[in-house]
Amino acid sequence: MITAPQAGPAVKAQPYNDDIVRLFTVAAVFWGIAGFTVGLYIALELAFPGFNLGLEWVNFGRLRPVHTSAVIFAFGGNVLIGTSFYVVQRTCRASLWGGEALAAFVFWGYQLFIVIAATGYLMGITQSKEYAEPEWYADLWLTIVWVVYLGIYLGTIARRKEPHIYVANWFYLAFIVTIAMLHIVNNLAVPVSLFGTKSYSAFGGVRDALTQWWYGHNAVGFFLTAGFLGLMYYFVPKRANRPIYSYRLSIIHFWSLIFLYIWAGPHHLHYTALPEWAQTLGMTFSIMLWMPSWGGMINGMMTLAGAWDKLRTDPVLRFMITAVAFYGMSTFEGPLMSIKSVNALSHYTDWTIGHVHSGALGWVAFISFGAIYFLLPRLWGRKEVYSLRLVSYHFWIATLGIVLYITAMWVSGILQGLMWRAYDSQGFLEYSFAETVAAMHPFYVIRALGGALFLAGALVMVYNLWRTARGDVEAPAPAVATAAAAGR
Amino acid sequence: MWKHDSLEKNVLLLLVAILVTVAIGGIVEIVPLFTIESTIEKVQGMRPYSPLELLGRNIYIREGCYLCHSQQIRPFRDEVERYGHYSLAAESMYDHPFQWGSKRTGPDLARVGGKYSNDWQVGHLMDPRALVPESVMPSYAFLNRPLAYGDIADHLRTLRTVGVPYTDDMIANAETDLVAQATAGADTGGLLARYPKAKTGDMDGDPAAITEMDALVAYLQMLGTLVDFSAYSPDFAQGK
Repeated sequence: MITAPQAGPAVKAQPYNDDIVRLFTVAAVFWGIAGFTVGLYIALELAFPGFNLGLEWVNFGRLRPVHTSAVIFAFGGNVLIGTSFYVVQRTCRASLWGGEALAAFVFWGYQLFIVIAATGYLMGITQSKEYAEPEWYADLWLTIVWVVYLGIYLGTIARRKEPHIYVANWFYLAFIVTIAMLHIVNNLAVPVSLFGTKSYSAFGGVRDALTQWWYGHNAVGFFLTAGFLGLMYYFVPKRANRPIYSYRLSIIHFWSLIFLYIWAGPHHLHYTALPEWAQTLGMTFSIMLWMPSWGGMINGMMTLAGAWDKLRTDPVLRFMITAVAFYGMSTFEGPLMSIKSVNALSHYTDWTIGHVHSGALGWVAFISFGAIYFLLPRLWGRKEVYSLRLVSYHFWIATLGIVLYITAMWVSGILQGLMWRAYDSQGFLEYSFAETVAAMHPFYVIRALGGALFLAGALVMVYNLWRTARGDVEAPAPAVATAAAAGR
Repeated sequence: MWKHDSLEKNVLLLLVAILVTVAIGGIVEIVPLFTIESTIEKVQGMRPYSPLELLGRNIYIREGCYLCHSQQIRPFRDEVERYGHYSLAAESMYDHPFQWGSKRTGPDLARVGGKYSNDWQVGHLMDPRALVPESVMPSYAFLNRPLAYGDIADHLRTLRTVGVPYTDDMIANAETDLVAQATAGADTGGLLARYPKAKTGDMDGDPAAITEMDALVAYLQMLGTLVDFSAYSPDFAQGK
């Protein structure tokens, strides 16, 4: 159903469905704050175990999936679906297929999935597959919502008024389709009873392990990478007001990235009981993956060619470009860590946690913040965000938080890895496991501080967005200073 | 650009091309795990979990223990000295889902079975820092509540549908076996015939009730104890 433009609060030239994008934006910010807060809390639990309070619902083991699901699927997912609806309409010059109703179903259906999953974790309902913890009934529900989402996306592209499908849509489409494939296969399970929550995975042991990390690594590859590259390919050129650097590079980037990523899963299982051929294959493809990743980074960054000065003057663009820089850093670190001899040291340690967060905070969250700062004024019919000065504050507070976080995790990860394998002059293991746990304490405190700064920055954003939505515009600072000086 | 143009102009073609591109890697890597026989070693001693161990394992999953404890010992000198023989694929072949883990905030538990007494395990779960001052593990004192096991036979039956070789005999005796394993002085002849090496007796010092603590400790105490390594040789296990 295409609705004709109506006289409403915001009259638009084309009948785009933007109310739904507004809802997704608000949900993304809400779940982002929730997810960052839980992350800070579980970081404090590791630094000071008293925070577990002796209550089963807030124990680290129950809250950790709440944190990961909230930031990846609730924050990241709402950003992805919301921006994809915004981008697909504009790049196709068509309103959403299925109209308001179908899009609203995807929105509320997705929020319901998040609530079912998160409350389940608190009660201990989990499949224990990382990033695929929701039980069978939540998985089935998500499958329905996701198929409708795919339908809307394909339908909208099919009725485009542009001859070509814009590159951002290739990435969004790859994200939607591949996540569907991964989700369905990895969650194959048999419930104990149709009226109970518990199910048993269809796969066992080593097969379950590889299926899970084929899923797990590509949740990173397609949810947190391909999807957000869709954002990059639309919002960076838009904000910089420059065309994308190289069209040819985006074709190579796209196909090589999605082909190679799917093979990389076994690097999560180095030196385990997974057959060695699979480990070697996973490592090889992970190293190759460095190239398309950097191709994408170059394509995003070089879009600023001839307009680098905007980095100084526009903190929103600074968020986006710093995100692309973090993307480049973590996609170098990832292949490095997938090398078996490096992985022998890094695996099972905090180095992995640091790596994930340089990608999640630096890349995913920063490109999301950039897109939200770009979108929100447009969705609420304002010229610009309430205060670019506050955007700049957010940027620096969050960046400092990330730096503290990842450096603390590098040090603690490498330190613990080295302590585990240290021998004394007599040929005995030098440290007990408990001693290595004690050595982590200062770094866990620094990590929590980094997380607190990141959350503080996000709260500054919430304030800024709230004032923007209300239509406020900050009085320009220099004028105030001049007036004060003149008054003296 | 050459024929890429056609993909950019036909959304169904683009969709199919994407699907084919992303399907290849998974097919090449995962399917052989089901077809190559040497993937899972031939060993002696592996058996499905006893009913009590299985429910203990489900509590381990429920509490997210796998988020801080791995169950996968890598073939390195320091790991083998610290934890024992490196893990075999056969040792987790009845694990639906697997519990290899990805992080060691706490030590690996693949062979923790028998390393500590039942009393130590219970005391440590109740108050970890009373026994290990450096620990950052939460307290699990709340596990001192009755274990729900009314539907235990359904659990075994479900696992049989996904390939775990539970027999009719095992399913018929599921509840009896569970009670026998957790009760001090019970007749465990049938249990031990069906599940050799199962650790029996009241685990948590509370003989009046079968608790979640009993189940979890029964699970921890059997981890990594099943395979008979005196009869294990890597070459034979690989079918050479």
